Amino acid sequence: MNIYQEELLDHYENPSNYGTLPNPDISHEEDNPLCGDRIRMDLLIEDDIIKEVRFCGHGCTISLAAASMLTEKIKGKTLTEVKNITREDIMDMVGIPLGPVRVKCALLALKVLKAGAYGIKGWPGEEEQ
Amino acid sequence: MTQKTMHTSDFRPLDVQAIREDFPIFAETPPLAFLDSAASTQTPRPVVEAMDAYYDTYRSNIHRGIYRISEEATDQYEKARQKVARLINAPRTSEVIFTRNTTESINLVAYSWGSLHIQQGDEIVLTDLEHHSNLVPWQMLAQRTGASLRYLEITDRGLLDFTQLQDVLTEKTKLVAITHVSNVLGTINPIQSVIDAAHAAGAKVIVDAAQSVPHFHVDVQQLDCDFLAFSGHKMCGPTGVGVLYGKMELLDDMPPFLGGGSMIRSVERDISTYADVPAKFEAGTPSIAEAIGLGAAVDYITQAGLASIHVHEQELTKYAHERLQEIESITMYGPAPHQKAGVISFDIEGIHPHDVAGILDTHNVAIRAGHHCAQPLMKKLDVIATARASFYLYNTIEDVDRLCEGLQKAQTLMIRRNK
Repeated sequence: MNIYQEELLDHYENPSNYGTLPNPDISHEEDNPLCGDRIRMDLLIEDDIIKEVRFCGHGCTISLAAASMLTEKIKGKTLTEVKNITREDIMDMVGIPLGPVRVKCALLALKVLKAGAYGIKGWPGEEEQ
Repeated sequence: MTQKTMHTSDFRPLDVQAIREDFPIFAETPPLAFLDSAASTQTPRPVVEAMDAYYDTYRSNIHRGIYRISEEATDQYEKARQKVARLINAPRTSEVIFTRNTTESINLVAYSWGSLHIQQGDEIVLTDLEHHSNLVPWQMLAQRTGASLRYLEITDRGLLDFTQLQDVLTEKTKLVAITHVSNVLGTINPIQSVIDAAHAAGAKVIVDAAQSVPHFHVDVQQLDCDFLAFSGHKMCGPTGVGVLYGKMELLDDMPPFLGGGSMIRSVERDISTYADVPAKFEAGTPSIAEAIGLGAAVDYITQAGLASIHVHEQELTKYAHERLQEIESITMYGPAPHQKAGVISFDIEGIHPHDVAGILDTHNVAIRAGHHCAQPLMKKLDVIATARASFYLYNTIEDVDRLCEGLQKAQTLMIRRNK
């Protein structure tokens, strides 16, 4: 049952930074066409640093837990640092092996973040260069 | 009537254990509980052996070689066509066209028949239950021609609302495209009534039979449908081969779909004349091994008996409904077991369908989760996705029990935490 290990379930059950921000500098929302999961990310930026972040949406354990973990990871980071977060970073963060379909669940939050903050389209790790 | 007699006489209970021995994938212990046959079925040995025989002993192209093994390949390919024709009781073997899958069969009709018969202002009638494969090609045709789409809707129970039929069918209706069995809800549509009403309104009918031909007897002459499409890979056959049946009078008039080798009679620099049906619609080297494999699959399911398969699946569906109802916070979508095929879509409150499928996978139970290529239907049901279990001739009561045990474990894992 390693796919549903405790840490993931904790994030799913009590997600960090869940909700929306009243006047976000960046707000972006996308879905995963494979399954209909949907995530919105709101960011407050000050001097190139992510001061505040919220996410909301609906999805499976993996997509919501990964979103929760990602918000913890990026708070206080610069936009440049966040831009460099890779697919592999997310896989390390989630910490369990995932098949190709579930990988997209884990990557959805990062995809939304990168599309909203930098206009980068496509799945992390598969972007057009 | 002859068909009815055949139904009763070919009924005998399935020997499921003997059937399972033909499928190497079930040999492990504990066996895989494969409950996703509505997406694609498993393959029995005789089908793989038929394809191996082609590759090992008479591999060659068809319809052209002047040597023994090419004649053998042509003969086996055409025998497969005969088997398919007999399966659906097509009046002529040449009315069976091999394609890649149901989707390609429907696109063939949309492009070829559609280009000839659909014009601006015409209407194409679909239903709420259509798979994207019997929806998107018609949207694309409507966009090309200026025709419009109309939908026959479903009731809360997931049955077609026949009170709308006379309103939806008008003198503008040129085509009705309808699925025989819903891949999401399992609803068995009374397509005979739809076909009769459509014909009375002067419209043609194409039936998406991807979920019906593998599971019970479908007779194109009795139905009097104009086109019927299905896939090999949902009936114990290989991937890469599908079927389009069409009435010869329609196929004969239709322009080719794809141009190339095999579909021509003669080619000059500026103009060609085309081969007769079915070759006119089979451009290029077809899926020869796969067509031969499909022929073997037709033999396999007819030897098991389609009536027997249907009864077996109904028993499993009824049992699964009873067992699943015991599960807390479950919602099952669609009609009652006796009105549907072996497909159950469900949702457990508080657990995303992806998580349901993910947890079941850790118990070696394979089900589908998602929108099942039917996004408009999902919207109608007001769900993002569902979990879906589907049955075929090799499934057992134990598979259903393991599904239920897995779901109970998923609940213990997820719901306990939510409290």
